[in-house]
Amino acid sequence: MSTPDFTCFQCETDADGLVTATFDVPGKTMNTLTQAAIAEIEALANWLKDDEALKGCVITSGKDNGFCAGADLQEMTALLTKAQGQSEDDKREAFKLAFALNRVFRSLETCGKPVAMAINGLALGGGLEWALSCHYRVVGSSSKIQLGLPEVKVGLMPGAGGTQRLTRLVGVMAAGPLILEGKSLRPQEAQMQGVVHEVSDDPVAAAKAWIKGGGKAKNPWDEDGFRIPGGAPQGKAGQMFMVGNAMLRQKTYANYPAPIHAMAAVYEGLQLPFDRALEIESKYFVKTLATPQAQNMLRSLFLSMQDLNKGARRPKGVDKDKIESLAVIGAGFMGAGIAYVAAKAGVKVVLLDTSQDNADKGKAHSETLVGKAVSRGKMSQDKADALLANITPTTDYTALGDVDLVIEAVFESREVKEAVIKQAEAHMKPDAILASNTSTIPITELATYSGRPDQFVGIHFFSPVDKMLLVEIIRGDKTGDRAIATAMDLVMTVKKTPIVVEDARGFYANRCVLKYIEQGLSMVAEGVPPALIENAAKMAGMPVGPLALQDEVAIDLGVKILKQTADDLGNAYKPGAVDAILNGMFAQGRLGRKNGQGFYVYPKGEDKYLWDGLSDYVTGSPQSLDPQDLKDRFLYAQALEAVRSYLSEIVTDPREADVGSILGWGFAPWSGGVLSFVEMTGLEPFIARADELAQEYGDVFAVPDGLRKMAEQGERFYPLMAVA
Amino acid sequence: MTDCFIYDAVRTPRGRGKKDGALHEITPISLATQVLQALRDRHDLDTGLVDDVILGCVEPIGEQGADIARTAALHAGYAETVAGVQINRFCASGLEAVNMAAASIMAGQTQAAIGGGVESMSRLAMGASGGAWPIDPSVAIPAYFVPQGISADLIASKYGFSRQDCDAYAVESQKRSAQAWEEGRFQNAIVPIKDVMGVMVLDRDEHMRPGTTVEGLAGLNPSFAMPGQMGFDDVAIQKYPELERISHVHHAGNSSGVVDGAAGVLLGSERFGEVAGLRPRAKIKGFAMIGSEPCIMLTGPEFVTQKLLANLRMKPSDIDLWELNEAFAAVVLRYMQALDIPHDKINVCGGAIAMGHPLGATGAMILGTMVDELERTGKSTALVTLCIGAGMGVANVIERV
Ligand SMILES: CC(C)(COP(=O)(O)OP(=O)(O)OC[C@H]1O[C@@H](n2cnc3c(N)ncnc32)[C@H](O)[C@@H]1OP(=O)(O)O)[C@@H](O)C(=O)NCCC(=O)NCCS
Repeated sequence: MSTPDFTCFQCETDADGLVTATFDVPGKTMNTLTQAAIAEIEALANWLKDDEALKGCVITSGKDNGFCAGADLQEMTALLTKAQGQSEDDKREAFKLAFALNRVFRSLETCGKPVAMAINGLALGGGLEWALSCHYRVVGSSSKIQLGLPEVKVGLMPGAGGTQRLTRLVGVMAAGPLILEGKSLRPQEAQMQGVVHEVSDDPVAAAKAWIKGGGKAKNPWDEDGFRIPGGAPQGKAGQMFMVGNAMLRQKTYANYPAPIHAMAAVYEGLQLPFDRALEIESKYFVKTLATPQAQNMLRSLFLSMQDLNKGARRPKGVDKDKIESLAVIGAGFMGAGIAYVAAKAGVKVVLLDTSQDNADKGKAHSETLVGKAVSRGKMSQDKADALLANITPTTDYTALGDVDLVIEAVFESREVKEAVIKQAEAHMKPDAILASNTSTIPITELATYSGRPDQFVGIHFFSPVDKMLLVEIIRGDKTGDRAIATAMDLVMTVKKTPIVVEDARGFYANRCVLKYIEQGLSMVAEGVPPALIENAAKMAGMPVGPLALQDEVAIDLGVKILKQTADDLGNAYKPGAVDAILNGMFAQGRLGRKNGQGFYVYPKGEDKYLWDGLSDYVTGSPQSLDPQDLKDRFLYAQALEAVRSYLSEIVTDPREADVGSILGWGFAPWSGGVLSFVEMTGLEPFIARADELAQEYGDVFAVPDGLRKMAEQGERFYPLMAVA
Repeated sequence: MTDCFIYDAVRTPRGRGKKDGALHEITPISLATQVLQALRDRHDLDTGLVDDVILGCVEPIGEQGADIARTAALHAGYAETVAGVQINRFCASGLEAVNMAAASIMAGQTQAAIGGGVESMSRLAMGASGGAWPIDPSVAIPAYFVPQGISADLIASKYGFSRQDCDAYAVESQKRSAQAWEEGRFQNAIVPIKDVMGVMVLDRDEHMRPGTTVEGLAGLNPSFAMPGQMGFDDVAIQKYPELERISHVHHAGNSSGVVDGAAGVLLGSERFGEVAGLRPRAKIKGFAMIGSEPCIMLTGPEFVTQKLLANLRMKPSDIDLWELNEAFAAVVLRYMQALDIPHDKINVCGGAIAMGHPLGATGAMILGTMVDELERTGKSTALVTLCIGAGMGVANVIERV
């Protein structure tokens, strides 16, 4: 038999009949399992099966950047449409489409010839599942390689055998974190856990050697008398499921269908013969795709995020600049954090402050961070040294003369900022961009201090800078496209996600998150038990309760923001429950986590607990203690503020509103973000519920006219079936 | 409706449910068989008059599987015509078996039956039969499944019972159990258990610790803090979000003991008694079952009691003696709190904290205790109830005749 025609593989057969199939999907920077690729894997399996002369096969990748990133999410439209269909025929059709990958991997697994996978780059999702269907896995030794099943992170579950093969390979316990939490493994870990057989500097050679040494064409689960390591669900592993179910709810509040379905697929699948088990997995996969959570998460956390990270909102027609140097003025916590992430991305950073001591302290922040990373084995000493060498602490403004971008992160005071802006511009190159990291002062106002307001922009990093993945780029009245583009280039260089936001009080994220905290404080005043407030918020999907969040932000800062808002609004400002509580607690010396006393008490070395003095701030009696009402209040207050921001064009792209809400302040990721939440609720039901809440709890829940109009005209934030 | 009478009630002593417990070597079928034989032999009963043997068993697999009730009837040498069925209503199985037997007699469909139960917890550990409720993710996650001990700690947290309260209750249970034994209150019911040679191996409850003090209990570690930390506390809090934390107050000394044992209650119509030449001891006034919230799980007795009393048009003050299985101290404390029952009227002979709770059998055991106690004290009416896994309650009211 001759070699079949492949476009996704380059195949070479040696004298011994050993095929080396190099996987290289044309037109893709990263190998994914496109329809064409899947068909060719099947052709490969058939060829191996039918051609007597062939003795085995080694599969490897022809791409530098990795082995295979899994299913092609861009190509899932047909499957998604069918999965969302209401009829049984739609579901059957969806199952057929979903099962294709399982069927093909199974045909490779049972082709009768030994197949070894030489994993020479990252293998994620379907990539790893493919590897698991092979009889032997050798992985390269580079610490850049990751093996994992990240599906749950974008609302999906493994659907190409991962839930069945991994559990049968390493047992339920070890497979759990990969399948349910999307944890990934480095080569050494993968070998230790038994996910791969071998780590080698030359995985292809090692894979060939295994086949030539008589490698067996059978996976353990196809052997007679196979037993699941650690036992079966209604046996020894029962306890693990019992605890596993609890842990799943503990971590996810059962808000995410995907991990629950994955767990169910494991539980049911392990009680079935292998081929039937694969079917159950595909059925749960379809069931998952049919949920709005999966669709929304896939859209926001994969597709939209990828778009934004690639600069979807970067002004057209401005040449892309590689940001090579940056100056940060103000080496406080924010400035130091910005310097760190930039230096980490290879940018040369001038870190400037009023005294050398302050500037050095700013650099010390990076020293601490890399110190930790090195001691935990997460960064090499060379990398750490290079990172630190990128930061030059100084007091000398002339150092600004060489850089393309300057970010001021000085004290939040108009006077201080005015002086800094003027002094900076006096030393900057005429075409350099000046940015402010302010979170409270309008950019348009600060731009009046600038001699070149079209080159002035807001770049709002969140705290702590090294952890928070979102950056708001603020467009002032006069900000030009080149300033926006440069800001975006920096954000992309430091591998964060940029969103473009118009200049308005609190910009986008802070104005929304404020509504969240505000609800929490109002509930305290109403007399809702504080534990219920915090728990209901977390049940709604928020990562931190509103009271704990206020403690993190600090109560004195809250007081400051209130005062600033009151000053700015003058007579229009109406103090409420929030003012009474924050001012009162501030007066009692309770500043939040930073002094160990806030809404919580923070005993040294022990878990925090809610302060019992909060009952003194109760001024009313609660209208409802139903957790569902409280959850709605939290989510609707934020979503409505986001809708207002969208309708008043503070954010202009639903993708930015959604991704920004998840990355910026952790808005219920299960929903796919604020606008996705509104849309999955349905505009009309959303409006009806908001109207009810407005009746009970006031204007925070007032529905903007624009939203009513959208509902009347049947408009949506996203086109229907926006997924790819 | 035919009246249903209790003609007799017997039980085995309860052996410590461990490898060194006296009844560990006794097979569950032997426990059940010795109970059935005792009921027959005490009365020279013509077993051909018995329609059915209904036995509760919570882990009906392995040697407790394959319909242990029919197997026991055969093994005990009962007439071939005596049918048998094993039932499972978790911790209330023994009482449920009695109630099912009674229901059939009251409906005129049978004349006589034995209700009871058996559990060798040392041979088939709790959870041995698996099941969907605790394990299957599609079931357990939406049901907020937690183990019983977490539910008990949840009750204590929600209704404000401290470790001290629970320990004081446990000490009283030990005291009452010891006194009841001393006064011979259980003597009539006990079937001493014999080994394969026919030699008696146990004639007294083995789990009791009569000297227990509050100070002594203070040293015991909470038993459910660890599972709580593994995730179950958070599951309970997600169901009861008004709680900031679960306080773990239950431990080996204030939870029901893990033990081996069996029990049987002979029930029949008035006519059966005449034919068999037996004098009825008590009458079943009525019974009920109910489902309750499954995460807190063990609060069902309160609701089933209200339901049953309403059905019978009775008031709590009509009940002379209350018996609620001591699954955990907080279960009883909550029941007393909810229904305003004085401690000196409930669990007057102690209970499972001292003597143990052989899951499938306990309901029949404590019903028997009430029959004996009504006779001893000359009182008239008793209510017997148990809390149940997955959130249920079963209760029954008996009247001395
Ligand atoms: C609570 C529970 C887990 C404890 O089990 P355990 O640890 O095996 O209990 P043990 O009998 O071995 O007792 C543990 C310790 O407490 C001590 N202890 C028990 N009762 C005591 C008492 N009254 N006074 C002093 N010490 C006591 C024992 O001596 C033992 O000490 P040691 O470890 O030094 O030997 C178990 O009894 C249980 O699960 N009970 C509930 C059963 C149940 O759920 N039934 C269904 C109800 S719905």
